[in-house]
Amino acid sequence: MLYREAGQFKTTYAEDMAIFPIHQDRIALAILLGIAFIGVPLLADFDIWPFGSDYLLRAILLPFLILALAAIGVNILVGYCGQISLGSGAFMAVGAYSAYKLGTGVHIPLAWLGFAISIPPLPVLLSILLGGLTAAVVGILFGIPSLRIKGLYLAVATLAAQFFFDWVFLRVAWFTNYAPSGSVNAPTLDFFGLNVGTPIERYMLCLIFVTVFAFLAKNLVRGNLGRQWMAIRDMDIAAELIGIRPLYAKLTAFAVSSFIIGVAGALWAFVYLGSWEPLAFSIERSLQLLFMVIIGGLGSIMGSFIGAAFILILPIMLNLLPTQLGVPLSTETITHLEFIIFGSLICYLLIKEPHGFARLISIGKEKLRLWPFPY
Amino acid sequence: MRMPDTSEILLQVEGVSLAFGGVKALRNVSLDIRKGEIRAIIGPNGAGKTSMLNVINGFYHPNRGAITFKGRTRAQMQPFEASRGGIARTFQNVALFKGMSALDNIMAGRTLKMRRGLLWQMLRYGPALAEEIEHRHRVEEIIDFLEIEPIRKVPVARLPYGLQKRVELGRALAMEPDLLLLDEPMAGMNLEEKKDMSRFILDVNDYYGTTIALIEHDMAVVMDLSHRVVVLDHGVKIADGTPDEVKKNQGVIDAYLGIAH
Repeated sequence: MLYREAGQFKTTYAEDMAIFPIHQDRIALAILLGIAFIGVPLLADFDIWPFGSDYLLRAILLPFLILALAAIGVNILVGYCGQISLGSGAFMAVGAYSAYKLGTGVHIPLAWLGFAISIPPLPVLLSILLGGLTAAVVGILFGIPSLRIKGLYLAVATLAAQFFFDWVFLRVAWFTNYAPSGSVNAPTLDFFGLNVGTPIERYMLCLIFVTVFAFLAKNLVRGNLGRQWMAIRDMDIAAELIGIRPLYAKLTAFAVSSFIIGVAGALWAFVYLGSWEPLAFSIERSLQLLFMVIIGGLGSIMGSFIGAAFILILPIMLNLLPTQLGVPLSTETITHLEFIIFGSLICYLLIKEPHGFARLISIGKEKLRLWPFPY
Repeated sequence: MRMPDTSEILLQVEGVSLAFGGVKALRNVSLDIRKGEIRAIIGPNGAGKTSMLNVINGFYHPNRGAITFKGRTRAQMQPFEASRGGIARTFQNVALFKGMSALDNIMAGRTLKMRRGLLWQMLRYGPALAEEIEHRHRVEEIIDFLEIEPIRKVPVARLPYGLQKRVELGRALAMEPDLLLLDEPMAGMNLEEKKDMSRFILDVNDYYGTTIALIEHDMAVVMDLSHRVVVLDHGVKIADGTPDEVKKNQGVIDAYLGIAH
């Protein structure tokens, strides 16, 4: 019942190296997954509050899942490998637009060579994954400066990626299939003949993506590659001395991170937005993702989820609270208050716990293990 | 004390000079390290001891001179090439990965031995898991050897200094090096910690047969531990020999105690 490790003996290293070596944690995860995979669809099926309207699914859970996925990607680069990036929005855009191009068919007329490259429209799943792969390649390209520059200077270099792709997708009409408004529509979401249309179906689709990627990312960061990333983050000179090549470690971090962010971008465009324009992936998105990772916890997969939830849900709560309490406030006042409270909360949190919510939770767990004794 | 069985030379430094602008850190220094021995590099502050280690493992590229390691001569190499060749080191001021646990720090030392690629690691199944477990076994042996079992899951930033030094030694040992460079392994330690560390150094040399080059300021420790001592002063080699020979050398006494003018 209590959160105790006593009596849980590990007899193999495999047991000791499990993701959740403590029994109670495994139960908690099972319950959480059960709610997410079975509970929510059931509630939604029976139209039980709060799933009576689609609001909760469509406006909160869906963006939460997709942005949590993107935050995992950002966390791999910023939190685990220590390379500050302000180009996450651009990598999302690359994922979204290349998935869009692949999903609607690529046609590159090479008139001067006398032929054209044509790829017929690919299935949605394949185009989303290939969109991620394109983002990974772009990520590697924009990660090359990280071999020479660090910290804030690298942040500025990745900012270049952000502005470059903002411009590309706005100005190069080929990417938007020459849509006059610059806005594009996602192809219909058919997965192996199954059409994903209703909010609950979209939710399940994103949930599967997020669960699979979170699991794979967790495996990576606790394996050899993850240790290499963290070694580069913590002390790059010593890392080099034990045989870690900065080139390999940094570029794999950029590749894996951008792949996940690219897939999240494709999901954001296809599943959440449906139709979008380049503004959806502006610098604000990059900053939002960075805040999620910093507040949730740098170097923590779980922290990415908590950060995404905090950044997404808190403004909504702040927005709803005055009306729920019956305090008459004008919409402008509410918007201003939201900014003020949100900003001060972030400042307070970062001063109190610079390592984010994930650290708070792990401290809480440590205390709980010893409770009611102080040590 | 056990003397090294061979006189085979593992590392030969020939006529190395190193300058930073006008500062000449090393001037035409030659020294050799024989296989299986404990070799001490001593000297007053600023003598160029750490510069010597940095030249050996590829951090600094000497202006002149050459280094022969395992029969291969080269003017300079990159740090990761040195580690690939089997040179490991610890630092004067501990250079651990602060955000990682003691176990992960030592596991990171096995990087070069781990072969499975990104996709396998992502699945962490089959060969990748087997590899991880195999290396965990080796790392646990080292943890056992260094007597740090209780702290294996503790983030190293929280450990006291003496234990951090021990974890750093563990990380270097995890590389299974042929040559281990220790930069002041006992700096800032109390007597008891020094005794422990001396024991580990002797055991490493004895048990794994690792060749060790160490810099140390505690003369009692140096004279007891090492087979041969080289003395540097102002970037120049002033003495080289067994501890007894070095102790009697007038140049060494002058360098340490000063000369009456």
